[in-house]
Formats: sequence, C-alpha cells, structure tokens
Amino acid sequence: MRLLLVGTSYQRAPVELRELLAYDRDLRRQALERLAADGTEAAVLSTCNRTEVYAADPEPEALEERVYGELSSLSGLSHSELAPALYTVADEAAAVHLFRVAAGLDSMVPGEAQILGQVREAYHAAREARTAGPILHRLFRQALRVGKRVRTETAIGENPASVSSAAAELAERVFEGLAGRRILLLGAGKTADLTAANLISRGVADIVVANRSRERAVALARRFDGRAVGLDAVEEELGRADVVVASTSSQGLVLAAEQVERAMKRRRGRPIFFIDIAVPRDLDPAINDLEGCYLYDIDDLERVVAESVAGRREEAVRAEAIVSEEADGFRAWQLSLDVVPAIASLRARAESIRQAELERAEGRLASLSPSQRRAVEALTSQIVAKLLHQPTVRMKEAAAAADGVLYADAVRHLFGLGDDDPARDARQ
Amino acid sequence: VGEVALLLFWPALAGYAEAAVAYAGDTVRPGRLVRYAIWGVRLGWLAQTALLVAQAADADGFPWGSWAGSLNLFVWMCVGAYLIWGCRAPFRLLGLVVMPLAALLLVLAWAAGGIGEPARSEFGDVFLALHVGLILAAFAGFTLAAALAALYLVQERRLKRRAPGVLRLRFPSLETLDTLTVRTVAVALPALTLGIGIGLARLQPEGAGFDAIMGLTLLTWVVYAGFLVLRWEAGWRGRRAAYLALAGFLLVVLVRLVLTPFLHF
Repeated sequence: MRLLLVGTSYQRAPVELRELLAYDRDLRRQALERLAADGTEAAVLSTCNRTEVYAADPEPEALEERVYGELSSLSGLSHSELAPALYTVADEAAAVHLFRVAAGLDSMVPGEAQILGQVREAYHAAREARTAGPILHRLFRQALRVGKRVRTETAIGENPASVSSAAAELAERVFEGLAGRRILLLGAGKTADLTAANLISRGVADIVVANRSRERAVALARRFDGRAVGLDAVEEELGRADVVVASTSSQGLVLAAEQVERAMKRRRGRPIFFIDIAVPRDLDPAINDLEGCYLYDIDDLERVVAESVAGRREEAVRAEAIVSEEADGFRAWQLSLDVVPAIASLRARAESIRQAELERAEGRLASLSPSQRRAVEALTSQIVAKLLHQPTVRMKEAAAAADGVLYADAVRHLFGLGDDDPARDARQ
Repeated sequence: VGEVALLLFWPALAGYAEAAVAYAGDTVRPGRLVRYAIWGVRLGWLAQTALLVAQAADADGFPWGSWAGSLNLFVWMCVGAYLIWGCRAPFRLLGLVVMPLAALLLVLAWAAGGIGEPARSEFGDVFLALHVGLILAAFAGFTLAAALAALYLVQERRLKRRAPGVLRLRFPSLETLDTLTVRTVAVALPALTLGIGIGLARLQPEGAGFDAIMGLTLLTWVVYAGFLVLRWEAGWRGRRAAYLALAGFLLVVLVRLVLTPFLHF
C-alpha cells in the first residue's frame, strides 16, 4: 500500500491557478467519491493557499494518473499545463509534508494557526465520505497531533503576524485585557476596519467612529454596533477612549499633542494607546512623550511584526524536530504494515491447528463436563497465544528496520503460509 | 538543631539562586527555563520553611528576635508572598526582582548569624511575635510592591521606546502591574500600622526613648499612606505611582538593612 500526495500551493502556483484548483464542499465530496470508487483511500485539503490530494492505494502509478485526471477536470487545464505547478510526493515524504503543513511550517506566515483547522476539516470530510482507510486515518490523526504539539511545545504561534494583530497585542500590554474597552476610530478605511475587527475579537465592546465623511462613519459604526461622531468631537471622545486607531487619508495631522494633553487631565492618569496606521501620519508623534500615552505608527507596527516573524522562524527549527520525530513514528507504523499479512496468516494457521486437534480428540473429550471442556478450550487458546506472542512482537519490531520483509518471508516459508489467504492456509 | 538549620540553609539558598539564574535565562530564551525557576522557588522555600521550623523547635521563645534572625523570616515571607501568585504565568518575571533579592538577603542573614542557634531577646515572646511579625509582613508586602513597580517601569519604558522584541517577553500589562502594586500596598499598610501600634504601646509604659529607626518607620508609613491617598483621591497612577512605591521601598531598605542592625536590636 503506497501513500501518495499530489498538490500545489502558493509556492508553486499563482492565485489565478489556485482559484481553478480550489474545491468547495460539494466538489470535494464528489472528487472523494470518484477517487475512492475502487477502494482507494482519499482525502482533499483545499485552502486559499493550497490544494492537496492525499491517496493510498497498492498501485501508485495508476493512482497518480487518476489524481492528475481529477485536478485536470476540476481546473479545465490539460495534464501538461498543470504539471509544472503540481508536486507529487510518496510515502514517508508525503507524511512529512502533511505534518509540516499541519504545524504551519509550510504556511506563508510560519506557525499560523488556521491551517490546523483546515487539516482537521479535510480529515472530517474524508471520514464523512468514508474514503479514509487505515492509512489516511493514521496519517491525519498523527498530523493533527503534530500540529497540536508544535503549538504547545514551541512558541511558533505566540507572536502576531499582521499589523492589526500586533496592534491588538500591544494594546493588551497596556491594558488588563481588552474586554469592555472603548475604541475610537479616526477614519473609516479598510485598515481601520481590520484593526477594529481584531480588537473586537479580543473583547472590545464599544466603538466610536469619527470620520470626515459622516456617511462612511455611520456605515462602519453600524457594522460594529458602535456610534459615529464628527471629527470635531474627537477631543471630547478622547476623555473616554482606551484605544485610538487613526487611519484617515488626511494630508496633515488630525490630532495634536496639545489636544491629547488636555484630554489626559480629564482621564485622571488612565492610559491611552494610540495606533497610527495612516500614511501620512494622523497623530502628532509628540503624543508618545505624554505620560500614560503610547503611540505606535505603521513603521513601528511593521517592525514588531518583522521581529515576531523572525522569532517564529527560530521556533520553526524546534517544530521541524517534532515533525521529524513524528515522521519516524509514522514510518515505523507503515513498515509494520508489511508484516501484518504474515502475522495474520501465522495466527490463522495456529488457530486452525488448534481447532483440528480438538476435533480429532473429540472422542476422548466427550466425557468432560461443560466447565471442563471450557477449561480445555481456554488452555489450548492460551498456549497458542503465548507461543505466538514473541514472534509477533519480534516481527513488528523488525518491520521498522530494513529487514522486516525478510522476517515475514522467513515466517511464511518456515510455517508454509500463503501470502494473502489465511483461510486457505488453514484448510491445507 | 542549630546544625540542622545550618544544613537546611544551603538547599534553600541553592533553590533561590537557581531560580534567580533561571529567571534571568528565561529573558534570553522565553519559555525554556521558567519551569526550573518555579521549582527552584518552591524547593528553596520548602527548605527554608524546614529551617525555620527547626529554629522554632530549638528556641525557648520567639526565635527571630535578632536582626539577622528577622531578616531570615523576612526573606521567607517575601518568597511566600511571591509564591502565592507570583509564579502564575503573567507575573513570572517578578522573579527577576524577587529571587536575586531573596538569595542575597538570605546570605546576609546567614553571614550575620541569623540561621543557626536562635538568640534570646529581652522582650516578651508575644510582643515580639506580633510586633516583628506584622512589621516584617508589611515590609515583605512593600518589597513585592516595589518589585511590581520596578517591573512596571521597565515595561513602560520598553513600550514607550518601542524596544526591539517588545512582545517577546511575557510581561503583565501595565494596568495589571499598577493595580497590583496598589493592592499590595493596601494590604501591607494595615499590617505596618498594627505593628507600629503594638511597638508604641509596648514602649510607652517603659518610658523608652524614640530612636531614628522608629522615626524612619513612621516616615515609611507616611509615604505609603500618601501613596494610597494620592492614588484614590488624586488619581495618581502609572509612572509617578511606581516611583513613589520605589521611594517607600528605599526607606524599607534603610530601616531593615542599614539602621536596624545598629539601633534596634
């Protein structure tokens, strides 16, 4: 049984091609059903950054062609058009790839958390479609474990990877949590929208939008269940706000340090965190010199993000070690599969001999009471189990090494076992 | 028993010193050494607890009546107060301030003879236990408040200067540090008030004089009471409040380490 991965990601394919190769829920289910029509195991991981088909089948060449065919019919592109963008990986390398993906090591931003949920979703879809067999069950469960381990045992996902999340984390270094805090948004652009959304996801409850265009202010305020005010009311709002996010398209400063200084007197020393993501800047840099005021502009935030991403890369080294450790485990398990038929045949042979000997002794055992008969049954079963325990363990251990198959062949030869049909062996 | 106490001193010191080093190492590679630091604090504190028990078992009366003995008890109280909530994730960095101080003061207590055989005091046991115990508990609280205030100033400076790796170290938020400083002082000040009250009540009938240490202790009380009044009435918080808490702690250091050995025992 071979494990095969055929797929593409942001590293190989531009967004135009990734769009053509994206599966929605229905398309994925149909693809899984087609791929699994003759007993192949299949799972599809489809995100905005990657589409990957995982399949397990005894005939890898035919399988690769079928997966190519699937992706070809999905995208409407020919095999030769798709080939440069696709990668094909088999067995342990395919497992390592999925483990790295689940750990966030193959993501644009190392350690991003969303991918683990997407791997889980791909696994659930395969389970629902009943296209995940023993190989893919094991592979995906282990991948999810790798993802969890990497996030708990390393700090790869701890620091922010975007300007909006960096702003929110910095605000959390000033305030004891953001729940119930008040944000004042100066400007109603896209960046303000993103930053506000990030702060709201951390519990910010009250949003006030101040913008030159009243209509846009009202629209954004309504989206966040807040209220809109004019720019002339900003100084008054400063007395109540905890976080100020500035992102207007104004060519000059929107807020001077003197205005903030006046507002701070009304705040009785309560701190205020300013985020200036406008270019040119909206907030007077001298605001940062006032006591209790902390000002970060776009360059400061981008520096924080760059440091954070660099830190994630350092942690990625530790994450790779976890992936490698888990890959060893998967390889050992996969190799142990090679000896499973031999073990099954051996056990079937032993059981058939036990049954045959009991039948042969039937005449001599006829006088036994039911409890004595059960004792004989149990005794013979125990003898068989104990005799086979050590060889079974040894074969599984040997399977992890290169000579595992030789052991299996030796067992087949010594006990005269067939390859695939234990029942037939039993009859011989 | 004095020998047992001396034997227990070393594991206590080793625990505190190991914790101090591990906390310092944790600032270089966050998350790696902190668990060793916490175990150092716990084991060191347990060893010191055993040390104090051994001293108490050996003593006829209050065993920490000497300056060095009371320093030993003071360190135990500081680390105990830190253990109550300081080991929790957001406050671990407090160990950076508390644990080196604890190790240093424990060595000082040992060098001054506060670890072995307890010394007898001319004062009654109950009086000593209440007076010394309450004042030491208050001073332990002020020490912790000073550690919080110091951490506040470090974090505030990092945020203001947009220091490289500003998010790398897991500092508690400024607001948390500020609030906890106030709460700690608010708990410690009544203990100091009671301790001073008992001391004065004991002195009055004997007509004993007023020494510099008493004056400075009263000044310490005034500074911390002022700290709370300014906070609650004038809204003093943040940097100013942190500096005031540190100023109060300087008086504590002066009282405990500079004047007490010469004037009060």
